[in-house]
Amino acid sequence: MEPHRTFPRARAVPDHPPHTADALVKAPGPRGPSDPPPSADEPRIPRPLDVRPTDRELLSARLVPLRRPGQWASALVLLVLFAMLVHTLLTNKRFEWGTVGDYFLRGSILHGLELTLWLTGAVMASGYLLGIGIAAMRLSRNPVLRALSFGYVWLLRSVPPLVQLLFWYELASLYPRISLGIPFGHEFVTVKTAHLFSGILAAYVGLTLDVAAFSSEIVRGGILSVDPGQAEAAQALGLGNGRIFRRIVLPQAMPAIIPASGNLLIGMLKATSIVSVIAVQDLLYSAQLIYNQNFLIMPLLLVATVWYVILTTLLSVGQFYVERYYARGSGRGGGRDGGRSAGASGRRLWQIARGNIPLFGRTRTDLAGLS
Amino acid sequence: MTGAVTTGAAPAGEKRDRPLVRIRGLRKSFGGHLVLDGIDLDVREGEVTVLLGPSGSGKSTLLRCVNHLERPDAGFVELGGEIVGYRPGRGRLHELRARSLTRQRAQVGMVFQQFNLFPHLTVLENITEAPVAVRGVPRKEAAARARTLLERVGLAGRENSYPRQMSGGQQQRVAIARALAMEPRLLLFDEPTSALDPELVGDVLAVMRDLAVSGMTMIVVTHEIGFAREVADTVAFLDGGRIIESGTPADVLADPRHPRARAFLSAVL
Ligand SMILES: Nc1ncnc2c1ncn2[C@@H]1O[C@H](COP(=O)(O)OP(=O)(O)OP(=O)(O)O)[C@@H](O)[C@H]1O
Ligand SMILES: [Mg+2]
Repeated sequence: MEPHRTFPRARAVPDHPPHTADALVKAPGPRGPSDPPPSADEPRIPRPLDVRPTDRELLSARLVPLRRPGQWASALVLLVLFAMLVHTLLTNKRFEWGTVGDYFLRGSILHGLELTLWLTGAVMASGYLLGIGIAAMRLSRNPVLRALSFGYVWLLRSVPPLVQLLFWYELASLYPRISLGIPFGHEFVTVKTAHLFSGILAAYVGLTLDVAAFSSEIVRGGILSVDPGQAEAAQALGLGNGRIFRRIVLPQAMPAIIPASGNLLIGMLKATSIVSVIAVQDLLYSAQLIYNQNFLIMPLLLVATVWYVILTTLLSVGQFYVERYYARGSGRGGGRDGGRSAGASGRRLWQIARGNIPLFGRTRTDLAGLS
Repeated sequence: MTGAVTTGAAPAGEKRDRPLVRIRGLRKSFGGHLVLDGIDLDVREGEVTVLLGPSGSGKSTLLRCVNHLERPDAGFVELGGEIVGYRPGRGRLHELRARSLTRQRAQVGMVFQQFNLFPHLTVLENITEAPVAVRGVPRKEAAARARTLLERVGLAGRENSYPRQMSGGQQQRVAIARALAMEPRLLLFDEPTSALDPELVGDVLAVMRDLAVSGMTMIVVTHEIGFAREVADTVAFLDGGRIIESGTPADVLADPRHPRARAFLSAVL
């Protein structure tokens, strides 16, 4: 035997109690008396074999998932905090929930709500149309278009929306006349800008340009997430570029586009409230106009807030369904029906939830059935 | 091949003499790296040509030039008497507009190593998409034809599955059905079985063998030497962007003259 193999054994000897040698002889196994003794990293105490459960016992044993007391404790703390929040909201008289109820369906509030809704809708729709075009420019082979697209996004993302809003509103003071023509040359059309931009039009243009910049980046990211082999296969089939984009690339980009777009949409719903600076009466500004007269500041802010909460909730629910629609075929959103039936996805949700709740221990019925 | 010897007599031999695909002097480089270095290749109607060669020898690039997914630097590909991707005029080749290019590509089916099925569309929609959108075939008719094709590739009744619900071999057979739905004059296969588990390869090769027997013109990049020996009319061996050896499978596979071909074959076999 080589000396270096005996060394660890020699060092291991002091670890063993004096009677170890006897125990080793009694240990089960094919080891003969002439074999070398085990080294230090083998289990020192022989495992009592008779304590081992039989296979039959193992197969019918109940599975006990790992308990996670930390999770339960933190959940409890959060629930208590939440209850405290609800309690103070309901019991603090100064919130004046009665007044909130009185104003909730007032005509001017509902008019403001209507304006907020359609301004958001119009801004998002035209912003996304523009944004898709800008994303397409950025992905095109033409370097001029790419540079223009990059420059647009850079500029519009840098300018605060409020500044932009005021810029369009005050356009008349910057450019009393706008004319179309050759730069430094002949002018074809000239327009006076004095009454070109009403507050609402300035809001629409400013916010649309803002959404276009952000949405183009969202759309571009989505398109880049699609495997280029997809467009290639479609090209090889003879599909035209427009058809490839609409039918093949965009639907596959949607799962990457929707969550960020949902964020942008909900953000825009509330961001429309900056139009109050140019006296456009949206939901928030309508509430402000009322409390400027009667000084019921908190209740009226709550009126607007509750409306925003309702709208955001509806949009979030809508986002859930849109996401599920575009997850079809991905194997994530559901089974063979593509997860389109509400009952099926509800059941799946419950299954996933139950699988993750540690309270339910599961018996291994599948294995027990075999024995 | 006795058929070739006796062609002179038959008038039909005239037509057979003009190959469906003629590739001449094809060159392509990527950023200074020469990938195709003057390729000449003929593929006759109803023939199967198998391209062999080591990785990076330019096989995929050559296939992609045939349906103008890649733009060659020099040389040309002719399909049925038309230059692919260009319109000749006054001593120049003008690149085709999207619409004409689309029409040309519709004549050439392509099957990819990674299948490239559209994951968000069902099997039926995958197959009917191009006939409906490009050829204007009524949806019902396209669907009926798609079912026939699915039967032909051994997947009858799977039309409502999504690609991810199928095995690789099944997906590749759907991809073949999708290419066939356009009734192409030529089918290109780029390593169609390389991404498959060994026991799934046979099903795909069987479908390809049936196609060859039915008279489909095919160019196939593959490392399945057995398939080449059994099905190919011509085997061409690519190395460093050149065809260094080509001929009948009996000649090229059994007794390759070029040392590179010899080394490659002994490694693959
Ligand atoms: N789009 C591209 N840009 C840059 N280089 C490329 C591109 N496509 C191919 N190449 C290069 O061209 C060479 C040949 O590629 P090609 O895919 O044609 O080889 P291949 O014979 O198909 O190899 P494999 O058996 O690995 O598929 C490789 O060196 C590859 O890196
Ligand atoms: Mg390749």
